[in-house]
Amino acid sequence: MLTFIARRLLLSIPTLLFISFAVFMLLQLAPGDPMAQVPLTVPDAVKEKMREALGLGEPPLVQYWKWLVQVFWIEPKVLIDYLTASSTLFSWLPDTALYQGELRVISWQTRSPVMDIVVQRMPQTLWVVGLAYVVGVLIALPIGVYSAYRQYSVFDQAGTFVTMIGFSIPPFFTGPLLIVIFSVGLGWFPSIYDTTHEVTDWDSFVVQLQQMIMPVMVLALQTTAQISRYMRAAMLDNLGADYVRTARAKGLSEAVVVNIHVLRNSMIPVVTVIALGVPAIFGGAIITENVFKVNGIGQLLITALFANDLPMVMTLTFIFAVLIVLFNLIADVLYGVLDPRIRYD
Amino acid sequence: MKIKTLLMGAVAITGLAPAAFAERASDGQVNIIYWQAPSILNPFLTGGTKDIEAASLVLEPLARYDETGALVPWLAAEVPTLANGGFSEDKTQLTWKIQEGIVWSDGTPFTSADVKFTYEYCTDPQGGCAQLAKFENVASVETPDDLTVVVTFDSPVSNPYQPFVGAQSPILQQAQFADCTGANAPSCTDQNFYPIGTGPFTVAEFKPNDVITFEANENFRDPAKPAFATVNFKGGGDATAAGRAVMETGEFDYAWNLQLAPDVIASMEQGGMGTPVAGFGTGVERVMLNWTNPDPALGPDERAVIGPHPFLQEPAVFKAMSMAIDRPLLSEVGYGDAGKPTCSWVAGPEIYAIEVEGCFEQDIAGANALLDEAGFVDSDGDGIREANGVPMSLVFQTSTNAVRQDFQALLKQWWSEIGIETELRNIDASVFFGGDPGSPDTFQKFYADIEMYQNTFDGTDPQSYFGNGLCDKIPSPATQWQGENVSRFCMEEYDALHAQLTQIDDPEERVRISQELNRLAFENGMMIPLVHRGRISAASNTLGGVVLNVWDSELWNVADWYRID
Amino acid sequence: MTEPVPASPKAIEALRDEGPLAPPRSQAADVWAQFRKHKGAMMGAAVLIFITLAVLLGPYIWTLDPQRLDIRNKDLRPIYTALWDGTANVSWGHPFGTDNLGRDQLAQMIAGGRASLAVGWAAMVLSLLIGTGVGVLAGYFRRLDGPLMRITDLFLSLPILPLLLVAVTLFRQPLRAAFGPEGGMFILIVTIVGITSWMPTARIVRGDILALKEREFILAARSIGTTSGKIIRRHLLPNVLSPIMVSATLGLATAIITESALSFLGVGFPSDFPTWGKMLADAVPRMSEFPERVVLPGTAISLTVLSVNYLGDGLRDALDPRLRGR
Repeated sequence: MLTFIARRLLLSIPTLLFISFAVFMLLQLAPGDPMAQVPLTVPDAVKEKMREALGLGEPPLVQYWKWLVQVFWIEPKVLIDYLTASSTLFSWLPDTALYQGELRVISWQTRSPVMDIVVQRMPQTLWVVGLAYVVGVLIALPIGVYSAYRQYSVFDQAGTFVTMIGFSIPPFFTGPLLIVIFSVGLGWFPSIYDTTHEVTDWDSFVVQLQQMIMPVMVLALQTTAQISRYMRAAMLDNLGADYVRTARAKGLSEAVVVNIHVLRNSMIPVVTVIALGVPAIFGGAIITENVFKVNGIGQLLITALFANDLPMVMTLTFIFAVLIVLFNLIADVLYGVLDPRIRYD
Repeated sequence: MKIKTLLMGAVAITGLAPAAFAERASDGQVNIIYWQAPSILNPFLTGGTKDIEAASLVLEPLARYDETGALVPWLAAEVPTLANGGFSEDKTQLTWKIQEGIVWSDGTPFTSADVKFTYEYCTDPQGGCAQLAKFENVASVETPDDLTVVVTFDSPVSNPYQPFVGAQSPILQQAQFADCTGANAPSCTDQNFYPIGTGPFTVAEFKPNDVITFEANENFRDPAKPAFATVNFKGGGDATAAGRAVMETGEFDYAWNLQLAPDVIASMEQGGMGTPVAGFGTGVERVMLNWTNPDPALGPDERAVIGPHPFLQEPAVFKAMSMAIDRPLLSEVGYGDAGKPTCSWVAGPEIYAIEVEGCFEQDIAGANALLDEAGFVDSDGDGIREANGVPMSLVFQTSTNAVRQDFQALLKQWWSEIGIETELRNIDASVFFGGDPGSPDTFQKFYADIEMYQNTFDGTDPQSYFGNGLCDKIPSPATQWQGENVSRFCMEEYDALHAQLTQIDDPEERVRISQELNRLAFENGMMIPLVHRGRISAASNTLGGVVLNVWDSELWNVADWYRID
Repeated sequence: MTEPVPASPKAIEALRDEGPLAPPRSQAADVWAQFRKHKGAMMGAAVLIFITLAVLLGPYIWTLDPQRLDIRNKDLRPIYTALWDGTANVSWGHPFGTDNLGRDQLAQMIAGGRASLAVGWAAMVLSLLIGTGVGVLAGYFRRLDGPLMRITDLFLSLPILPLLLVAVTLFRQPLRAAFGPEGGMFILIVTIVGITSWMPTARIVRGDILALKEREFILAARSIGTTSGKIIRRHLLPNVLSPIMVSATLGLATAIITESALSFLGVGFPSDFPTWGKMLADAVPRMSEFPERVVLPGTAISLTVLSVNYLGDGLRDALDPRLRGR
């Protein structure tokens, strides 16, 4: 298994390079102009000068190479400097000064380092999107298991009904609906997320909970719907299998049969879906973030896309790709753990 | 409302608030929401309205336009004119006198050197300054003393109020930006995010594309202002949510530019927490007619390059298309109080607008008669007329926007009633208004028969804006599809008249020529103007002192805002 | 086994039945019998058939043009609001009311359903075919696993928005020339939704195949010389049917919703061409004044997805030989 992991990690380097190149060429090919949001009152000649100042005149391959150097060489130096200088974990190490003021990956919209903004966006993304995912998965698994165990019971029918409706109603509708009910009508929760809010005591924690609850609900509904359906289907496949009859026949309790034997064998599709969803947390929830002004990574990506901020889009997509490759690898490893018959070598 | 606040309101609006009434930073926090989030607070590195307006809380120009479009001195002591001798007789030299005693928020004095530096900063060839056009004719900026700035132009100019005027061209602090000129501009993140200014607020925290926290400027020139201690400037989301947060939930005090259908705004107003405020600037929503042939069968060097269009330049056609439009209805459906039907390309300032007979009445029968008379009839019975052997079928493109799509649907219906078929297409604004020469969907490339969008100009003088109709501004492959003459309209008479405008100073004569240009553009089918669009923003009922200004930053008088108890 | 064995006819004669107790049953008949017992599936089928017929035959019964604007009759409420609100602005001419430009909502629902269902089904089927194909090949043939899964990783990481814009730039004009503005857009939308949504299915199917192919029955099949193609078709595919069914249901919903998002970017149908997703999206700003404008398309989408879900449940149960006849 270890050699498998090592081989896959090694293989992921050319994969990621290829992905980043493909994405870069796609962005080059896509129509779009970082000057699109500049008002029409600015003359074309001035816009052309602004494009040149952004480095747009250079050949694409040169731009790609510069980006590669910035991401793989300069940004790690900044990170190491930060770790040894100010992080709590590594500050015992001697301070390094690797970064000598070279040009980092600079966003075209803000003229500031992309990674700084990404780091700034992490808290709200993890708080809202990450938490919603965890909540969604934690609700989905028991629902899926119990719905399958009591197939066509009232619980199963109700669960199916709610999850399918939840999935088929898009967040661009559920979000404003919640706002109209809970913010405008009842006045319980704020409709706009305050990213400057800091949790310092119980009261501020309550405020944080209030502003998180609606986006988390919208996002968790989607996650729950999806994962509980896969969980239920996989459980149903296994509940009728011969080994289940054997397990029951040898006198194991229902709890053990269902929660250990059947569940473990039903986890493969569920693990796949969960692993696919984790990078998506980082990708953010574009629509939901926009509806509630959470302004996390998703909002960052979509504004960058609309503003044609290529360095920002490239970097975010690349981080996203790293996570996808990583979590798909984790899923593959987990298959082997769940079902030892699966072998890769 | 108490008498005191009433008084304060009146005083604040006239901009004379004496210290006796108010106290700086006594009204807590004001919450402003822009549904487009500011990315940077340096107006010279961005053209975006959102960024310029956010920066206007901190950075200020020498003079700016007030809500009536009149020029008022801001950091300058007075606006230099021919009358007061500040503008030289030969129209090449403008002398600004700076107010005494102005200091930057860090306590250092504001001097003419900062103004000169701002000029050098923007005109650096490597800087990519977005406001370069403002400094186009400037030959030099001199500083005879600390409070005097002399701007010399390389040729006589009729409108010298371009550099250092308005929110687009404020003054940067030399001490802060000295190392940020030219190629260094992008690496100056701190300077671009936390500019030091003379305005009523200073930047406390800047989260790009998300939220800005401002604090009252301790060194602001008026000791009683600003009334608010902090500004929470949130960005992102959409106009609906921004309007809702001000008018329905009351979470925010001011929402910028609510591009929403009037019935949606009206229903939000029922929320009772805030009210919309509207003002009219220069923006006109129009349908541009393509003077070249956009047939996809043509090659890349001919499509939308070679004129004429198969039938759009026939006077009967564009006149009939214009007659078939119910402009008052369009204005009502799309913009309500923030729209006025118009047939003028330049509809604001109002003196330049033209009266066109029949502009406000829909006349389908008349339009049909006009087309019949011109011989464009439906010869094959499919309900679509033929002109010069081709069916009158148009591709109609615009940017994606709920109101524009409603307009498209209405226009399509009306034109179908006069036998002109329309195929609708909507394109994302970031592509449509982008200048990517590789994209077939930009408004400048105009690979469609007609297209609809809004255009505006800075300030109140339309001379350079009328230049958008000149023959040499036509976009083509040779210019990488750049050029402001989007409709590819070209008329010798128009060019000559515009040349005349640039030479004339007499205000009345300028108005007359401008109106004539307006009329030429309309009557010769350069475009079909639809609606003079206003700006709608919303202010909380507890926020006082808001004066909507469409000629400058909407937040121009934020120092005068206060809380109504 | 079925060939007559001539030896010792008498003994066999004694064992012979007078005739078959029941007529022989084909597998299809068995599946159908089991399927009919599934109430949810039958309901789902009925609703789906109703919706499909309604959108197909609707335009012949309700002949109003969905794109026709009637500005004098704008903002009419559906007829049922008159039940509790006597002052509501209703008209029998527009039983579902009209929108803010006076377009008939019933006609829009019918026309929108045609587009949404066509896009939904076509995109879902395309995505399932690609996803299942890639998943099975990657799971079964170890040699293909690496390359195919890396391609999946690539597609998962591609930013969708630029992809859409590139597709429009390259293909809209040729497709429009070949199939007309709406037909060309239909092909473009279906292809785009299809090729951007097959990856989860592929990974799920591959995961299941990886586990299944190590089971004893596959070993048995292989040991009697069954070809790979047959193993996949006879033994593996039926066993991964349930996750595929779930993917199909979720995929249908996603495709209908995604279509509405595409039109914002200028990738979708022309703006006056109604679809359920677009009707829903357009109505959101006015949902407190005109709740029916979100409720009608929302219900239509949900009902379609629910009925496909139940249909899938029933089909899965019916095709599972262990459940059949229980």
